[in-house]
Amino acid sequence: MIEINGLVKRFGALTAVNGVSFSVKRGEVLGFLGPNGAGKSTTMKMLTGYLLPTAGRAVVCGHDVEQEPIAVKEKIGYLPEGAPAYPDMTPWEFLNFIAQVRGVERKRRRSRIEEVASMVHLEGVMRQTIETLSKGYKRRVGLAQAILHDPEVLVMDEPTDGLDPNQKFEVRALIQRMSPTKAIVLSTHILEEVEAVCTRAIIIDRGRVVADGTPSELCARSRLHHAVRMKFKIGSVDVGLVRADLQRLGGVDSVEVNPNDRGRVSMIVYPKDRASIASEVGAQARARGWPVEELQVELGRLDEVFRTITAPGSLDAQEVRS
Amino acid sequence: MNGALRKMWAVFKRELGGYFLTPVAYVFIVIFLLLCGVFTFSESMGGFFERGQADLRTFFGFHPWLYLFLVPAVSMRLWAEERKQGTLELLMTLPIPLWAAVAGKFMAAWVFCGIALVLTFPMVITVNYLGDPDNGIILAAYLGSWLMAGGFLAIGSLVSALTRNQVIAFVGTVVACLGFLLAGFGPVTEVLNSWAPQTLIDAITGFSFFTRFDSISKGVIDLRDLLFFATLILVCLFGTAVMVDAKKAG
Repeated sequence: MIEINGLVKRFGALTAVNGVSFSVKRGEVLGFLGPNGAGKSTTMKMLTGYLLPTAGRAVVCGHDVEQEPIAVKEKIGYLPEGAPAYPDMTPWEFLNFIAQVRGVERKRRRSRIEEVASMVHLEGVMRQTIETLSKGYKRRVGLAQAILHDPEVLVMDEPTDGLDPNQKFEVRALIQRMSPTKAIVLSTHILEEVEAVCTRAIIIDRGRVVADGTPSELCARSRLHHAVRMKFKIGSVDVGLVRADLQRLGGVDSVEVNPNDRGRVSMIVYPKDRASIASEVGAQARARGWPVEELQVELGRLDEVFRTITAPGSLDAQEVRS
Repeated sequence: MNGALRKMWAVFKRELGGYFLTPVAYVFIVIFLLLCGVFTFSESMGGFFERGQADLRTFFGFHPWLYLFLVPAVSMRLWAEERKQGTLELLMTLPIPLWAAVAGKFMAAWVFCGIALVLTFPMVITVNYLGDPDNGIILAAYLGSWLMAGGFLAIGSLVSALTRNQVIAFVGTVVACLGFLLAGFGPVTEVLNSWAPQTLIDAITGFSFFTRFDSISKGVIDLRDLLFFATLILVCLFGTAVMVDAKKAG
């Protein structure tokens, strides 16, 4: 439902977005990740028809954003960064305005506004001016505005920014409930959010897509993927001996030791080529009778992948890009 | 087309309602009515009673000067505020054609000025009570005054589209409107007379709100005057649309 091809945006000498391509189908939730200034918001602004691309094409539900901007805007629900709304209006007045512009039939307007207000839990503040609302409520007004016309495509720029953990959870649940019938794109810098709601993630850095895959595929790129974490009581083992034993195993690349990790000795055993080494390490532990208190297989962490890919000048960054 | 008009109507209603959500509208109307009264009736300025004429020439004569400061106060928020609040991005990603948004917002400001103007009706009652004025002329002058307010507002709309700061929008509009006023102001024309060629003077006074409004306020509705204001409004609104579009990124 969303097809983006070679999108470029330049502001004078600055290239904010440099050839971004991706597509999103119905039922997919695409997470847009990247450091600040990477071009996430600019890409979203081009997708929603706010900014015109310098080059490239964005097609939404078969309509080209440049050729038929109104048709595209009718299909999209958009929550801009910071969830802007008219501060002097009440949520009710504001949503009523949006409903008029969005062409919600007059006799359905009231019931639809009430329905959406209850979906995002705004019922209690509908008659209060928006400027008096807390950040969390303002964000929810923005969300209500974006989903009011039940759009086929939903684009949200940092939908959970500024919400407390309970509100974040609610918004994520809402996104998951809506996802089967829509194509959703959201940007975030909260990585756990990607794992919680996204079926796919794109990491964008300096205007380019540097990684694209399901959250677990991205995690598999982590150095920690399939690494084994072991914990011992301090003094219960000879750390040097254990380490040497582990390093002799065929699948083990290296062993990292933290002699005092909150009152424990902890070791991280990294595999060669991110292969599974859990059984090998476990067998060794049993054979030697190590008093292991905890043994845990890592799946990899998105934040670590994110850092290695987007940190300036990192070797991994080169590797992933090439 | 029908859909675009419906959306324009929605923008219009929101904008006009927006004026009345804050005290700005009430303050504006009170000040406008107060100054209208003071200027018209004061002995040293309007001398309404001293003239002994049952007409509203003095009342309308002060409108250009009142508009110079009051209309920019109405127009300054049109686009500068949207940009400041970030709602411009929201408005521009709703399925509203740009022209409909520009026209809807302008119409709201214009109708708002019309409401303030209509509220001066006690003036009309007063002259009709005191004498036997030509109400056709008064009606024509009201229309002319409203048209002139539209011209000021359209300039204000364009200036407001250039900035995110409402104070800058206000001052910029005052200066631009002052230019249009002074172009035909007696003393300025006299200064020009001493050195400028007649064609240049004619060209400059041709842009003057004063000369245009003066003839309308006398009850002379000249098609050229109407066209002048209509063209000015359309050109400024077109300019507004161009600037809103061009400055979205900033």
